[in-house]
Amino acid sequence: MPERFREDLFEPDRKELSESPAYRFDLDRRQWIAIAGAGLLVTAAGRVVFSPGVAGAEIPPSTRLHLGEDGSITVLTGKVEVGQGSRTEILQAAAEELRVAPEALRVMLADTAVTPDDGSTAGSRTTPSTVPVVRRTCAAAREMLVRAAAETWNLNASQLRVESGAVVHADKRLAYADLARSKRLTSADDDSAPKGVPLTEIDDWTILGRALLKTKAREIVTGAHRYPSDIVRPNMLYGAVLRPPSYGAQLESVDLTHGEELGAVAIRDGGFVGCAAKTSYEARNAVKAIGKSAKWRIAPHPSSEGLGAYLKGRAQISGGGRRGPRRREHGDVDSVLAAAKTLKASYEIPFVQHAPMEPRAAVAEWDERNLTVWTGTQRPFGVREQLMEAFRLTAEQARVIVPDTGGGFGGKHTGEVAIEAARLAKAAGKPVSLCWTREEEFAWAYFRPAAAFEVRAGLSGEKIVAWDFTAYNPGTAGIETPYAVPNVRTQYFPCDSPLREGSYRGIGATGNNFAREVFMDELAGAAGLDPLEFRLANHNDERLTNVLRAAADRFGWSPGQSAGQNRGTGIAAGFEKGSYIAICAQVRDEGERIEVERLVSAFECGAIINPRNLQAQVEGCVIQGLGAAMSEEIRFEGGQLLNGSFSQYPVPRFRDIPPMETVLLDRPDIESAGAGETPIIAVAPALANAVFAATGQRMRSLPLRLHAA
Amino acid sequence: MARFAVNVNHEELSTESPPDRPLLDVLREDFGLIGTKYGCGEGQCRACTVLIDDQPRASCLTPISNVDGKSVTTIEGLASDDQLTKVQQAFIDADAAQCGYCTAGMIVEATALLKRNPEPSRSEILDAMNPHLCRCCGYRNILASVELAAASSEASDA
Repeated sequence: MPERFREDLFEPDRKELSESPAYRFDLDRRQWIAIAGAGLLVTAAGRVVFSPGVAGAEIPPSTRLHLGEDGSITVLTGKVEVGQGSRTEILQAAAEELRVAPEALRVMLADTAVTPDDGSTAGSRTTPSTVPVVRRTCAAAREMLVRAAAETWNLNASQLRVESGAVVHADKRLAYADLARSKRLTSADDDSAPKGVPLTEIDDWTILGRALLKTKAREIVTGAHRYPSDIVRPNMLYGAVLRPPSYGAQLESVDLTHGEELGAVAIRDGGFVGCAAKTSYEARNAVKAIGKSAKWRIAPHPSSEGLGAYLKGRAQISGGGRRGPRRREHGDVDSVLAAAKTLKASYEIPFVQHAPMEPRAAVAEWDERNLTVWTGTQRPFGVREQLMEAFRLTAEQARVIVPDTGGGFGGKHTGEVAIEAARLAKAAGKPVSLCWTREEEFAWAYFRPAAAFEVRAGLSGEKIVAWDFTAYNPGTAGIETPYAVPNVRTQYFPCDSPLREGSYRGIGATGNNFAREVFMDELAGAAGLDPLEFRLANHNDERLTNVLRAAADRFGWSPGQSAGQNRGTGIAAGFEKGSYIAICAQVRDEGERIEVERLVSAFECGAIINPRNLQAQVEGCVIQGLGAAMSEEIRFEGGQLLNGSFSQYPVPRFRDIPPMETVLLDRPDIESAGAGETPIIAVAPALANAVFAATGQRMRSLPLRLHAA
Repeated sequence: MARFAVNVNHEELSTESPPDRPLLDVLREDFGLIGTKYGCGEGQCRACTVLIDDQPRASCLTPISNVDGKSVTTIEGLASDDQLTKVQQAFIDADAAQCGYCTAGMIVEATALLKRNPEPSRSEILDAMNPHLCRCCGYRNILASVELAAASSEASDA
């Protein structure tokens, strides 16, 4: 048996799902319900259905698996596909347990009227939570098919085997479709389905573990795939929304007739003003015309200069709850620190924006009191609740469908665009498509939290004997040190943030691990040890050792090495959400700028489900981390973003990618964890440590910048 | 408002439109060609790249009046009779797409590159592709796809 995925090893980040939509309608002044928390770990097992119908027929709500009489097999989950590969992974899981070729299966994702509620597509949970549920359901269905065949042939089930979508005995064969047509099968739910059917042992995997290609690749390369922004409905209009001129500005008055004169439907509802028209060009022009008449009450808003001090001054130091501060302590930190050789340092990280290639988009359609919204979100059921709340609908009246979406990175948890499209559609009496502009996506989507850190530690020889870590606002993921320290105090204070905040790849772990792993480098220097040796000397986690050694070996790390003139090497590691990352970096000091010359990553997330997709996830995550380390930083002043566009907010491009190598460590003895987040957390500290080695300048804030000479 | 006639993917199409309306909007909203994507509206991400008289251009920055009487090729116009082009096939084989939203623009750009330069160097590929953003950061597989397409064109020409 593989080592189980340890649910108890982590808690959801306190910044996960922290934002509600940005505004409220007059028609509903009630409090928005707190959706956070409850939905995060929900994993409905769902029913197995043997339908008398055929593919495409009505599938009852919460169905996990549907076998049609025509031989069609549909596996369903409430997870979404945003490029991370969930669709292919679910397909592999189901095909493996049902003993069918992947091509024989259809995967249906994220339709609240049909699929089970598998919670958010967040926290790297699809692999450790949803894949096992799908496997268990499909294994149970396989057992039911075997029993039905045994009954048909009047044989003992143990005499039968299953292969290629059929139950087989000697030269007798019953295809799943034949069994689905027989009257020997009935739908089952969690209670009635066979229990404890063994899952396929990893040594027997034939489909899991394989480098399967993305299942929708052909639709993507021909332009046929319909993303949320591509959905078209009969008589559909296009929408646009009036945004405030600055953060916190309140609308005082506006004249809608300027928009109506241009042929658009114009509506104001509380602070919401928007237009719908036959083309998005007309809708945008109508909003522009209306905007000229709008009077706003401007609110003061801070600047991104001095953000760390601003946050520390607005820390919530008391109170409890899932959103409140958090403190863990063991041992006697203060007295050990008082007696030891101590070091302390402060760190900061800025707000960053996810900037997925497809901005938020939704198409909303009303049929009397029933609302259907196609939208790009990582929380289909959460967004349905937001729609229910905004329009006072029952769960049966609101349906959210999530077509495979153009990127998320933790940035698409909220349903504001769905609500806006629905409000416009309600006013227009027609379906409305609303796609945020890039400008809107930068300014009005939520951000990865900015944060500040205070860290102290005590050394005794080469060992860390006390660790005192205080984090202001990053979130709690990755806040606990993976190193073995006898006396530890970890404190987290949420702060009153000037910008909307929420999830991101790794969320809190990006900042927490940056501060920790740069400080580890500083401690190694103080202890007189090579940074790799210092890390190895201060933990006893075999998996952490393995990634550190794998990255170092591939990189050619050696203690006391000299990378040459103006060059430096750095190392950093981390553990988060059940997986391990270590990265070695080499940089060159170019005077004005830092050139990244090489990145070597080693990653381990248990048993590898799809090496090709894993490689893509790790590389993409590392490169996204390269952007956050080297160039990404949201700047604002007077309530306005100063760099809310791709021309002003540089994200990695082809020419920014250094030579890279990725080592994937397979651990068939450990249950698979997710992989889309953890690789990001070691990039910035590895680079910061390499910059120190190259220049002697200690990098304690992001993005990395050389100090003026 | 004026009428504009455009040859799109070898088909004569026309639309009644304000002259400054972006070609991107016309393709998507009037002609139903949703394969071309909006990414930024300022020519910085190139998700909206199409061929205008065989030259790759950002359709978000191209007013419809600029393409009157010209020919436009979109991602939908590359494959013929379900036969994928070498570039499209290479993007599948080398697993270029994560979310795939940038893929259409990338494929159109690479198609134009290989047409004018069938054996591009790594550096020439980077020059052509660098204006394109992939926020999933699948750059290495995209680069591999373009190189694979170049290699397979070469093989078939030989």
